[in-house]
Amino acid sequence: MTAFVIRRLLVSLVVLVGISMLLFVLLQLMPGDPAEMMVDPMSFSGDRAAAVALQRHRLGLDSPLPVQYARWTGQLLHGNFGYSYTSGRPVAEVMLERLGPTIWLMGTALVIALLVGIPLGILAAMHRNSAVDYTATVASLLAISLPSFFVALLGIYVFGLKLRWVPTAGMNSVGGGSFADFLHHLILPAAILGFALAGPYVRYARAGMLEVLGQDFLTTARSKGLTRRRVIGRHALHNALIPLVTVVAIQLPVLFAGAVVVERVFAWPGMGRLALDAVLARDYPILLGFVMAVAVLVLLCNLVADVAYAVIDPRIRL
Amino acid sequence: MTSAPMFRVDRLVTEFRVDGGIVPAVNGVSFDVYPGETVGIVGESGSGKTVTVMSALGLLPASGRVVAGHAYLDDRDLVALSERELQSVRGKDVGLVFQDPMTALNPVMTIGTQVAEGLRRHNQGMTRKAAADRAVELLAEVGIPNPRQRARQYPHEFSGGMRQRAMIAIAMANRPRLIIADEPTTALDVTIQAQILDLLRRVQQETGAALVMITHDLGVIAEMTQRVIVMYAGRIVETADVDTTFHHARHPYTRGLLQSLPRLYQPVDELPAIGGQPPNPQRLPSGCAYRPRCPLSRDREECHTRPELTTAAPGHQTACHFHTELAEVRV
Amino acid sequence: MAVLDTASATGVLPAGAGALSPGRLAARRFLRHRLAVAGLVMLALFTAAAIIAPVVIGIDPNQVTPTAVRRPPGAEHLLGTDSAGRDVLARLFIGGRISLLVGLSAALVSTSIGLALGAVAGYFGRWVDGFISRIADVVLAFPSLIVIIVVAAFVGPSLPTLILSIGLFSWPTPFRIVRGLTMSLRGQDSLVAVGGLGAGPTRILRKHVVPVVVAPLTVVATLGVAQAILLEATVSFLGLGVPPPTASWGNMLNEAQSLTILESMPWLWLPPGIAIALTVLAVNFVGDGLRDAADPRQAR
Repeated sequence: MTAFVIRRLLVSLVVLVGISMLLFVLLQLMPGDPAEMMVDPMSFSGDRAAAVALQRHRLGLDSPLPVQYARWTGQLLHGNFGYSYTSGRPVAEVMLERLGPTIWLMGTALVIALLVGIPLGILAAMHRNSAVDYTATVASLLAISLPSFFVALLGIYVFGLKLRWVPTAGMNSVGGGSFADFLHHLILPAAILGFALAGPYVRYARAGMLEVLGQDFLTTARSKGLTRRRVIGRHALHNALIPLVTVVAIQLPVLFAGAVVVERVFAWPGMGRLALDAVLARDYPILLGFVMAVAVLVLLCNLVADVAYAVIDPRIRL
Repeated sequence: MTSAPMFRVDRLVTEFRVDGGIVPAVNGVSFDVYPGETVGIVGESGSGKTVTVMSALGLLPASGRVVAGHAYLDDRDLVALSERELQSVRGKDVGLVFQDPMTALNPVMTIGTQVAEGLRRHNQGMTRKAAADRAVELLAEVGIPNPRQRARQYPHEFSGGMRQRAMIAIAMANRPRLIIADEPTTALDVTIQAQILDLLRRVQQETGAALVMITHDLGVIAEMTQRVIVMYAGRIVETADVDTTFHHARHPYTRGLLQSLPRLYQPVDELPAIGGQPPNPQRLPSGCAYRPRCPLSRDREECHTRPELTTAAPGHQTACHFHTELAEVRV
Repeated sequence: MAVLDTASATGVLPAGAGALSPGRLAARRFLRHRLAVAGLVMLALFTAAAIIAPVVIGIDPNQVTPTAVRRPPGAEHLLGTDSAGRDVLARLFIGGRISLLVGLSAALVSTSIGLALGAVAGYFGRWVDGFISRIADVVLAFPSLIVIIVVAAFVGPSLPTLILSIGLFSWPTPFRIVRGLTMSLRGQDSLVAVGGLGAGPTRILRKHVVPVVVAPLTVVATLGVAQAILLEATVSFLGLGVPPPTASWGNMLNEAQSLTILESMPWLWLPPGIAIALTVLAVNFVGDGLRDAADPRQAR
């Protein structure tokens, strides 16, 4: 088991290294001097020239490429992701700042999707072709067909402008900083993101549950005289939820992508918005940092998915 | 045999609702099972043998319905019971053994838990520990070595034969008076088959339970049962004790089944098989359902009317218009 | 009322229905799927509209009229005008052309790549398969939206870039299907026999693998079109997709990010949004219908 985890970790690291190499290549192709990029623009011009020269030396820009790569990764590991072209602040610092709001957004959306999507899918499977099933199928189809940004716009229109139940943008009201105010701002974007995420959840939960419901061991369970509640709760659900763990883990990067869009529409100050602004401003240092962050996220999610599955399903004890 | 049957199926009719309409699966089946005896139900796939039993116990899938008839366990009509009442019968008065233990056991639950579950369901005061201990005892009783260790393992860690033993342990956990085994050896290797049959016989003798063996394998019938019920197209076509069935069968279908058995001392070039296919339940032939495949019928007039079960001899019933013609012919 | 559907008693159901060819049976099943048919009809209408309507209407979708900015729907402009005074209806139709073009092209690209790589990986196996599969796993793991955005950042947004990026990041799904099928076919005796007779890999792939693979691949490709349309719309909405002044449903919605427009000028953002929704829904319906038609055993 531990061997399995270690093996997967190593594979992930290899992929991460591969991606970093790719990024390093991109770095060379980008306009601008990598050394310049990684020096604090706030240093005075006299000092600055010296600082750039020092950085140039640190990056070993006169050395062969593989050495440059090694040094560059060294810099990364020291936390130096470069400095933003637009704000001049260290990339790492800016990203950390934006991380919190994005995590709040994604986390809340995840909870909403889990609490709504999975039970709905399971109920739909249990009451096939009923009103519940019909609603679930239609709703999930809408969730995966409607573009999230359009739903977001609709949401703002209905709940923000017409009904005036929630604010229409941002994370805090001007001058206000209370937690309740924050939640007030959070609820609509999180709900919209959660709705989009719940679409696949409903489908997978329904399909998984349907498959379990067709299994023979449920008949055996019934033949023991077990109550319906026990048969469904202990036997059916347990088996149906196992593959769902993987689905949730795999869908997390998609959740992040969705968050990028939602953050834009709601002017939510998170990582996604940061990245989009960086794209428009051609702020390459930020973009690089962002891509690294996404890579880490993706690899982490896949690792968790594999390990979790192995832990939960006794058939896959390695 | 004592006088009163403990399990009586009375004119049971079951149908399934599918996309294309209604599929009749059981068309008026009646039989008795006496305490302690072993009865075999034999027939091809689709003959309705499994559905009959499942109907009686309320274990049909959602698309199935018992349309008419009764299934008495002692005095109670199981068909008339609610699901909740049936839940106290299943696993306690009646135990089931299924065909494929790999799919019939929950893959993510330990064997011990699966056995203990049935115990705790029907023994209110039983603690988890007591049930777990009893489960280990049961596993030992069915011949599983290292039962305490094995109880903590999962089905995929067991061999096919051991899984089936575990299934039997589950079925007999609460000492039911009736054990129904649906093709219990079909999915197993031949060598293991014999062991499992021995086990079933032993369990039956030790607990005094009645055993209903559903199978398509006449060898199993010959070895295990005292009485035989032959089913075809959702109906009983013949019933008799096992000797009579094998040596004096009075239904062309039964004869056909027997003839296709390879005999050790009569080598033949070609095993005679019953021609044709089992009928489509949705489009049964009019009259006798066996008519299109029957060598005896020769499409005679009478065969266009459905034959009822008639008594050919004491304890021997058959549903064939021309069964007397078979009386003279040796099997 | 909850019911448990257990499979064990269903040895009962009839074997062997009528005697129609598999193709006609599949067509029949498709047609019974009402939503799929509706979707197909809708798509046909949309495509026809997208191709013909701009010509018929005769209004230039890129014609800027500074005097008629943000007009509500009226006689002269059936759906009003946008912030640059361009006719919304005309842009809607052109946007339809673009979205369908991108959707179909990207799906074509990804399906072709997936088919080629899947056949190679499935046929040759071992390290070839291992290598390609690894790459597929990595590509699949990354959210395509992010990657497309980053690519657009580096290369600059354009229509071909968009089609290629979407196509290049959607190939793992068709790849998996083709690979799986090729592998199972490879083990079958018929292929071994043909190989023994001297048929080379290309011939085998072409004559034996491709016919089997066509049906599920069509399903995947159709659903891929829906995916691609959504991606294009999203990326264009973010300003990184179809470059202005060309209209795309996505970039038409870009305007709606101002609260004033959102609140008081619904004609600017509702039509393109609804158009996207309806089109993607229609394609998804058709895809679902095709999937059921190809393999009715899959639980819906």
